[in-house]
Amino acid sequence: MSEAVLERVHEDVHKTQPWNNPDAVPYIRFENVTKKFGDFYAVDDVSLDIYRHELFALLGGSGCGKTTLLRMLAGFEEPTSGKIYIDGVDMAGVPAYERPTNMMFQSYALFPHMSVEQNVAFGLVQDGVSRSEIKELVAEMLGLVQMSKFAKRKPHQLSGGQRQRVALARSLIKRPKVLLLDEPLGALDKKLREQTQFELVNIQEKVGTTFVMVTHDQEEAMTMASRIAVMNEGVINQTGTPFELYEYPNSRYTANFLGQVNLIEGVLVDDDEKYAVIKSDEAGCEIYIDHAVQGHEGMTFWVALRPERLRITKEAPKETKYNCVSGKVEEIGYLGGISTYHVRLESGKRIKVTEPNSTRQIEPRYTWEDTVWVSWEAGAASVLNK
Amino acid sequence: MSSKRSTFLISALVFGFAFLYVPILLVMIYSFNEGKLVTVWAGFSTKWYVSLFSNDGMIDAAWNSLRIGVMSATLALALGTPAGLVMSRFGRFKGRTLFSGMIAAPLVMPEVITGLSLLLLFVTLEQMIGWPAGRGLSTITIAHTTFCAAYVAVVVQSRLSGMDTSVEEAAMDLGAKPAKIFFVITLPMILPALLAGWLLSFTLSLDDLVIASFVAGPGSTTLPMKVFSSVRLGVSPEINALATLIILAVSVMIVIASLMILRSERMRSRASAGADAQH
Repeated sequence: MSEAVLERVHEDVHKTQPWNNPDAVPYIRFENVTKKFGDFYAVDDVSLDIYRHELFALLGGSGCGKTTLLRMLAGFEEPTSGKIYIDGVDMAGVPAYERPTNMMFQSYALFPHMSVEQNVAFGLVQDGVSRSEIKELVAEMLGLVQMSKFAKRKPHQLSGGQRQRVALARSLIKRPKVLLLDEPLGALDKKLREQTQFELVNIQEKVGTTFVMVTHDQEEAMTMASRIAVMNEGVINQTGTPFELYEYPNSRYTANFLGQVNLIEGVLVDDDEKYAVIKSDEAGCEIYIDHAVQGHEGMTFWVALRPERLRITKEAPKETKYNCVSGKVEEIGYLGGISTYHVRLESGKRIKVTEPNSTRQIEPRYTWEDTVWVSWEAGAASVLNK
Repeated sequence: MSSKRSTFLISALVFGFAFLYVPILLVMIYSFNEGKLVTVWAGFSTKWYVSLFSNDGMIDAAWNSLRIGVMSATLALALGTPAGLVMSRFGRFKGRTLFSGMIAAPLVMPEVITGLSLLLLFVTLEQMIGWPAGRGLSTITIAHTTFCAAYVAVVVQSRLSGMDTSVEEAAMDLGAKPAKIFFVITLPMILPALLAGWLLSFTLSLDDLVIASFVAGPGSTTLPMKVFSSVRLGVSPEINALATLIILAVSVMIVIASLMILRSERMRSRASAGADAQH
């Protein structure tokens, strides 16, 4: 590769992945932000950089502090300590009505006594925009979210999906620097949610606003977000692209939270520059890892194995020294496209395996109490130390 | 078996309502009695209504009651609404429990005590600063305002605490300052509660006899006071006619107030539960 090409690739990466560019200036910055409610730490010393045009997701279970973080960005809560910057400006003491952020609420929080049009226009009216301009902008925004037909309706005359669009239009009309979304799709049913996910991403690309989203739904976060921060008990566990988080989780919590995973506890018995071997009593086998592990022999590790990376066979594989366990099929879930099997090992440990049903079978391949072998490639596992 | 149970339910219903409403119904029927004796039916007539409207004392008292009712209900609204707002929107502040207890106290305080204490207050004030000069319409209005404000505060508070705070946050987020949020968002949303509170206060003021008797002065006789004093001289069928009119007026207002509350509740539940099912 010539130098010029390499440079262009770098430039491209820096443009689409500003978090990998050491020179990029973050658009939103949390600096050691802590929020206490009484004695309870809702957010505990969080530092986080979010870049321009990102669709950033804060992901975590209820009570993990993700909503508090969002509300501090909006100005509804003041941090107990730490600083928040938006576009380089310190937000301390700036009230919600003066911040360059707008929020889409989980309950949508539409004004029930105002029509769709008046709801969307509200932000502009507060800014003293001229009436003719408001009319134009509202019409344009309602067009963007495909709600022009319903301009004169009241919120209680709309369906859930329609209300969600109105809420989005209302929060976008002031062209905020940052749009905050609190469980934006939480109130919609599953089918509508999937459809709306892509629509939201499209709108984000069209308007180019930086989106910060709070969600407890890992699938939603992975579908929509450019990067995700996984939160637990007021602390950010890991930040990364959906790919990074799924393939390279840094902890059992992240591995468990995103997708499904088998966690096997074991002890490091052989550590080399190029490989590592972990002996697991739980699995009753030795696990060969194709890369070095940070740690010393005798240390406890957890090996994370995704169910879809495991192979299930009736006969023992040729090589059974490493990465191979046998057990009995305990549960079968036939989902049509894929099947999931729960295999109970001799130690009592249960391993979950999913297998695509890529060919048509005369009868199910495995049945209950079948003795099967489960094996995996050396590169399939990630090794976690916490 | 089910018919047996329903017979029991129906008779319970009939007796219950009869117990509550037969006396009132009798009063209404006897207001059209021709004879002078209250308890003996002597044929249909509307003459007591005619005589009621030509009784100047009664008309004056009714006029007094109406004026006091409107004034004290309006004042109670002005005082009670901020109190309700503080109780539900200002979170935990120092002395909140004390404050809420003190708001609720007038609701359960015996009227005799409220009346007596207010009388003492007015007399002391008059001696110290010369106001209020004597007792009359203004002292009754003030007295009624005190306990009506408590009712308004409770009605407004319960309405506000049932309301999603994110609606107000959304307004703030879109650039509205707190005072503006109150007038443009909160007030229109609690309007039904305010109207209900006003009507409730008006009705309470119209009904009150005990407190008014304590703080009234010459020339400020209210309708309940007038009725009470004329009953002591002997029950005239005129009172039946008056009672019928009052019952009608009060029930119309109660029905309007509850319809308004019901309507706003329905709007709210429709707005939140929503038409998600449409999809």
